[in-house]
Amino acid sequence: MALSLSPTPGPARSHEPAIEVSHVGISFEDKLVLLDVSFQVGRGETLVLLGVTGSGKSVLLKLLLGLLKPDSGRILIEGQDLVPLSENELSLVRRRMGIVFQEGALFDSLSVYENVAYRLREERERDEEKIECRVREVLRFVELEDAIDKMPAELSGGMRRRVSVARAIISNPLIMFYDSPTAGLDPVTAHAINVLIAKLRDTQGVSSIVVTHRLQDAFVLSNYVFSPEKQGLVAARTDGRSGRIDPTRFLVLRDGKVYFHGTREEFVLAQDTYLRKFLI
Amino acid sequence: MLAVLFENFLKRKVLAVQEFTHLLAGSFERAFSPPHYVIDTLVQMDIIGFGSLPIVLLTGFFTGAVLALQTYRTLSTFGEVGLLGEVVALSIVRELGPVLTALMVAGRNSSGIASEIGSMLVSEQVDAMRALGTDPLRKLVLPRLFATLLTLPLLTILSDFFGMMGGYLVSSSTVRLSGEEYWVRAYQALTIQDVTQGMLKPFFFGVTIAAVGCYFGLHTTGGTAGVGRSTTQSVVAASVAILVLDFFITKFLIAIRFF
Repeated sequence: MALSLSPTPGPARSHEPAIEVSHVGISFEDKLVLLDVSFQVGRGETLVLLGVTGSGKSVLLKLLLGLLKPDSGRILIEGQDLVPLSENELSLVRRRMGIVFQEGALFDSLSVYENVAYRLREERERDEEKIECRVREVLRFVELEDAIDKMPAELSGGMRRRVSVARAIISNPLIMFYDSPTAGLDPVTAHAINVLIAKLRDTQGVSSIVVTHRLQDAFVLSNYVFSPEKQGLVAARTDGRSGRIDPTRFLVLRDGKVYFHGTREEFVLAQDTYLRKFLI
Repeated sequence: MLAVLFENFLKRKVLAVQEFTHLLAGSFERAFSPPHYVIDTLVQMDIIGFGSLPIVLLTGFFTGAVLALQTYRTLSTFGEVGLLGEVVALSIVRELGPVLTALMVAGRNSSGIASEIGSMLVSEQVDAMRALGTDPLRKLVLPRLFATLLTLPLLTILSDFFGMMGGYLVSSSTVRLSGEEYWVRAYQALTIQDVTQGMLKPFFFGVTIAAVGCYFGLHTTGGTAGVGRSTTQSVVAASVAILVLDFFITKFLIAIRFF
């Protein structure tokens, strides 16, 4: 399924990383949540964010979306610093980003169609025919066109996440954030979500950060690529492309600090006791 | 130890006042620039205004009726039963109509607003809204503020009328007061100052009801249990605020010799 994504142009120069986080820290009242967090995500790269519950993963995603302001540090999206921006200016930057929340966060009172069309309406698109065409296109991408008239309450957990993906990608984001997209799902549905993430990355070149507790998801994204011909995942080396295309990096947060940042190989071969706990 | 606890308590209260003021000022500031969510405002007017109509009319009617019953006992000792229309009209239009209508609307809608927005907050729908480029103050708060601001005065007018109707039915059935005697005395007793006073208050009460509901909704913490807490707190805070505001508005109007 070819989804015609033409990413919203930003002010950035092409050699800049899609995301640059520099010495970011945040605390709530007396509780330190993130301290001196720094990393970069290149264009078309995937960063897998690992960490135990309460290590600051979801807070980091909210900082990257500008939903929270850091106490210190800089966050650059496509070269633009989010920290000094007002809510109105942030709204413009957020058009280049999409997020899939842990439980989907679909609007309960709106149908699947209205949920997915929400962003287009917010961007003042008035042509209803154009809206419907685009909504059907993205719902087809997540293989849920049949559910277009359903209400969120009628959907299963996996379907809600897929609608959430459709809602996030409708305005052609350059960057996607996934907050535990497979949490609580059965293995088959979780795999379908992973395929979607890989599909967006490999067919549209979308940079992404995936927060997950499931290491197998991280390895699927790292070891496989989406093949448009086979409409599914294939091992990265047998895709007919030259060399390893795996652009996946791993980042482990521990007590609000970056504990590990590196490639899959470095992560798998690490002898550190704490990192080994993720692999067992 | 006790001093620290007291200090923290005070800090929290001052912070709450600051955040509430920020929410209110930020919302009104946004009213002067696009985008405006007109459809959302109309939907909220239907929910808050039309939806509150039955309880407001019933409350108004029975308040007027019971006021007539109670006043009749006192007036009859002085042989001034003819003043019943005047007493009911003044009490209803000046105080009971606006205050009881606002309390009823607060009970029904402040809680509804707090629980709806609170549920959206804990299920990350508010974050999703912001991530999709929508300002929650414009989309969630402003339509509810305007809807309550516009419908509460209308509800108060209807409540006042039904209150006087309740008083009239009691007067005609129990006291055998003629309709002409009741309505003429009621009409003659009411001055423009009385009506203005009664119609001024709902605007302040309307803003209070919606703002308190939105404030508690947007500051919900602790999952579904937190939604319940916010709902209760919003009703209590809005009801108390209405009574306190009523006192100060009346005091202010007396101070400027409005009546």
